[in-house]
Amino acid sequence: MIELQNVSKSFTLHNQGSAVIPVMEGATLVVKPGECVGLIGASGAGKSTLMRLIYGNYLAASGSIMVGDTDVAKAEPREILELRRKTLGYVSQFLRVVPRVPALDVVAEPLLSVGTPIEEAREKAATLLAGLNIPERLWSLSPTTFSGGEQQRVNIARGFAYDYPALLLDEPTASLDAQNRATVLGLIEAAKARGAAIIGIFHDEAAREQVCDRFVDVSGFSPKAAA
Amino acid sequence: MTPLLQVKDVAKMYGVRIGCTDVSFDLYPGEVMGIVGESGSGKSTLLNCLAGHLAPDRGEVIFDTRADGPVDMVTMSEPARRMLGRTDWAFVHQHARDGLRMSVSAGGNIGERLMAVGDRHYGDIRARAADWLGRVEISDARIDDRPSAFSGGMQQRLQIARNLVTGPRLVFMDEPTGGLDVSVQARLLDLLRGLVREMGLSAIIVTHDLAVVRLLADRLMVMKDGHVVETGLTDQVLDDPQHGYTQLLVSSVLQV
Amino acid sequence: MSDYNFAYLDEQTKRMIRRAILKGLAVPGYQVPFASREMPMPYGWGTGGVQVSAATLTPEDTFKVIDQGADDTTNAVSIRKFFERTAGVATTEETEKASVIQTRHRIPEAELTEDQILVYQVPIPEPLRFLEPRETETRKMHALQEYGLMHVKLYEDISQHGAIATSYAYPVKVSDRYVMDPSPIPKFDNPKMEMAAIQLFGAGREQRIYAVPPYTKVVSLDFEDYPFEASKADHPCDLCAAEDSYLDEVILDDAGNRMFVCSDTDYCRSRREAGHVGRLGEEAAA
Repeated sequence: MIELQNVSKSFTLHNQGSAVIPVMEGATLVVKPGECVGLIGASGAGKSTLMRLIYGNYLAASGSIMVGDTDVAKAEPREILELRRKTLGYVSQFLRVVPRVPALDVVAEPLLSVGTPIEEAREKAATLLAGLNIPERLWSLSPTTFSGGEQQRVNIARGFAYDYPALLLDEPTASLDAQNRATVLGLIEAAKARGAAIIGIFHDEAAREQVCDRFVDVSGFSPKAAA
Repeated sequence: MTPLLQVKDVAKMYGVRIGCTDVSFDLYPGEVMGIVGESGSGKSTLLNCLAGHLAPDRGEVIFDTRADGPVDMVTMSEPARRMLGRTDWAFVHQHARDGLRMSVSAGGNIGERLMAVGDRHYGDIRARAADWLGRVEISDARIDDRPSAFSGGMQQRLQIARNLVTGPRLVFMDEPTGGLDVSVQARLLDLLRGLVREMGLSAIIVTHDLAVVRLLADRLMVMKDGHVVETGLTDQVLDDPQHGYTQLLVSSVLQV
Repeated sequence: MSDYNFAYLDEQTKRMIRRAILKGLAVPGYQVPFASREMPMPYGWGTGGVQVSAATLTPEDTFKVIDQGADDTTNAVSIRKFFERTAGVATTEETEKASVIQTRHRIPEAELTEDQILVYQVPIPEPLRFLEPRETETRKMHALQEYGLMHVKLYEDISQHGAIATSYAYPVKVSDRYVMDPSPIPKFDNPKMEMAAIQLFGAGREQRIYAVPPYTKVVSLDFEDYPFEASKADHPCDLCAAEDSYLDEVILDDAGNRMFVCSDTDYCRSRREAGHVGRLGEEAAA
């Protein structure tokens, strides 16, 4: 489902003397449907970078990034947009809050963008929010005023609203208490069971051990130190 | 799928000064393209060339019309272009005053495009105008008020209603939130997002405000001195800018 | 130098005006620009109508002038005398006897025939002017048939007054093509514009001539659910008892007494001569 071949990435900082910072080289990875692969490596080794490359948020310098039949590294913007709507989900570390949109609609949005009727979308959103212990009285409020943990749970609910065949999860259990963590891991298990290919970053070892089928150490993709 | 709009090598010069040059892109149904740049970047010139307000010196702007398929707007006859401007296209000006008739009531402003395409039933026209006022969150008790009695944000929302009532497929917006208070901007942007999704609109939005494009645009074009220096998915251009100027723009935005 | 060229204007000017008239007749309702001349009356006093009449009259014509329906107002009298002096044509107050009728703001009640020409005095020829002040825009709107704005005006009337409030200078669509201002005639007169006579419109200050040939379709603009009504006050004429003519309201004294009389003086006179008598007609006769 997800297949990376020889992906490399560097940043060129034009306004700082054109400093070139290579961050990744030769990244190769395969994730099959129903598999959950955990990315590990020291902080700054490139775990989030790899995830952003797969999502198309970062431009790959070389290599191919196949998600289903689409090569994200070479695809047209509209192909990536379509991919993100229907195939590839991404739960980032931070919820980007749009002022005024109620939490329920934030979670329902991925369903609305694939054409789900609004009532059905909101029902599913309600179920997810309830499962993640967001009290109903908060559903009509914008998450701008929520606590970090509450925002993260809204973020997760949104990521799982639609059954994406491929999912990228960046620290989904960070800042969650034990009960909510268990719920999220349950969502991941359910996604695996329906055949989603998942890549996750978990700092929490126990969580990692529970849901990941194998691990990939991204420091293996670090650029070779200049001689 | 046929692109809704194909822009090919559009250029506009002001004597020897470059207004904009070498602009090419395709826009598909449902896509929102943001064009950012600082003053003098050529973004407004480009928008006006695309919308038919200015004649470009070079290039084609091919729109997929409902009746005749892809047609080059630059060489299209003026009557046909003006008709398109009232039906399938919309233009939201930065200053609502440029896009509204200030001495005509809100209902009349919204109804004008309907009357221009032949609607002749007062009751129906009024009902549709009231419906659209609701959609842009203006109380329909104000249907007979003149826009001169509205706040800036309300005027802008009225302008949007006036433009969208005929269900256009392509909307051009020139700094739609410019000059509005921050909270008013937020409301307007949210409204636009909702309408774009509900109506499956394609849009081209010119702005200098990166937060606006982050929220509204799927794709982004960065302009400097009349040239397009970078283009791509909005989040990619903003999070992983490749061109030096884009990097400068992104790093200049103050975080709140 | 006491002799005038026939009808005051020189022949070249008359030719220019006739060309404009012919063009106007060929394109009903279209405003033809023309080189309006200095006339011996100021702008706003009927110079357009006078120029059109001057270019239209022949020595064999019989000329009538009415001002808001009356032959005996100062302006009607002045213009009639002007043409008596400069063209030497016969003049009359009787509608049936006239071959050219110049009018300010009314259409005669008597039905006109194929042998007659009606010349209207027009202040502002452009029906869209009050909503769109730019001449460049209004010309484009006419050229491209973009008349949505005209209906916006009617919409505004209904939203403000509950009905289309325009009571004179009511816009019409001519021959299914051009929207035209019929000059400030009461809307009561609009249906008469489908007539057997030639209708010519002259605006001297604005320098436009337009025309409606005989038997041309002239439709007053309206909405499906607010159709046009050629309404008038519902009184009969107090002098001649006519129920179908447009009336002037005349205040009689300080006690609030008033009477309604036909605005078309010739029509009223002819009815009275035929024996019709209104509420106040008997008293006047007595």
